[in-house]
Amino acid sequence: MAHPQLKLSQYAVLALTAICAPLGDTCLSRGMKPLPPISLAHPGQLIAAVFTPWIAAGIALLIGFFASYLTALSWADLTYVLPATAFGNVIVALLSRFWLHEPISLARWAGILLITVGVGFVAQGPSRTEPTQEIQQLPEAAEPTEAVPR
Amino acid sequence: MTSSIPPLTAAAMIAAVVLSSTAGEVLTAAAMKSIGDLDEIRAHSGLKGAIRAVLTCPLFFAGVSFLALAFFALLFALNHLNLSLVAPASASLTLVTNAIAGKIFLKENVDRRRWISAFLVCIGVYLLAH
Repeated sequence: MAHPQLKLSQYAVLALTAICAPLGDTCLSRGMKPLPPISLAHPGQLIAAVFTPWIAAGIALLIGFFASYLTALSWADLTYVLPATAFGNVIVALLSRFWLHEPISLARWAGILLITVGVGFVAQGPSRTEPTQEIQQLPEAAEPTEAVPR
Repeated sequence: MTSSIPPLTAAAMIAAVVLSSTAGEVLTAAAMKSIGDLDEIRAHSGLKGAIRAVLTCPLFFAGVSFLALAFFALLFALNHLNLSLVAPASASLTLVTNAIAGKIFLKENVDRRRWISAFLVCIGVYLLAH
């Protein structure tokens, strides 16, 4: 448990990871939808798609995500970083509600609540754990038997 | 477009994204763990030193290869399926497969708190984007 508390700059790295990933995915979706269906027989079309504006913007955001994600992984566990960065989905949902005025269904509010609780849960624990030890036998358990006179 | 895709094919597309991204994330996490704290490396050897440390790690390239595979699997899936299905399904399933893989391969101490958190976030992501 080398890093029980993260520094402010480390929270900023997690926030950047959280924001860039969903925005990048949205750009990819926006870019892929207008394209004609691509079959596995023509993988070259998939490569060509990379150079369209929305896909390129999505890739730029995902590169930002990847840089901050790698930095986060260098001081925190994968099982800490992933739930923490899932908070980005909440940010995007709230932005769409209050900025774009999109309606949010009850199920989505429930999703926001669950993610927030889940992230709060994992964030309270240590960011980096030591590798799990193989079963450590408790020495105390052996002591009374040894103490028994023969 | 989405309605013409058989459910099994859609599941296979999502499974390809989930499995390749889990492999990529676990390998990348293993690489970053072996390299050490990037902030400290940057403080000692500057940004170039930090980039060199990452780029000279073979595990990192193995991870990036799988993440690239996951990326193209995602592009392929997005071309045939709706984002509202692909994004929540792959994101939430990846959380669970990563928790399992993190425990098995990275020997992370996935305690009850992290399991509960992974499942809460998993259901939350699904509800949010469904």
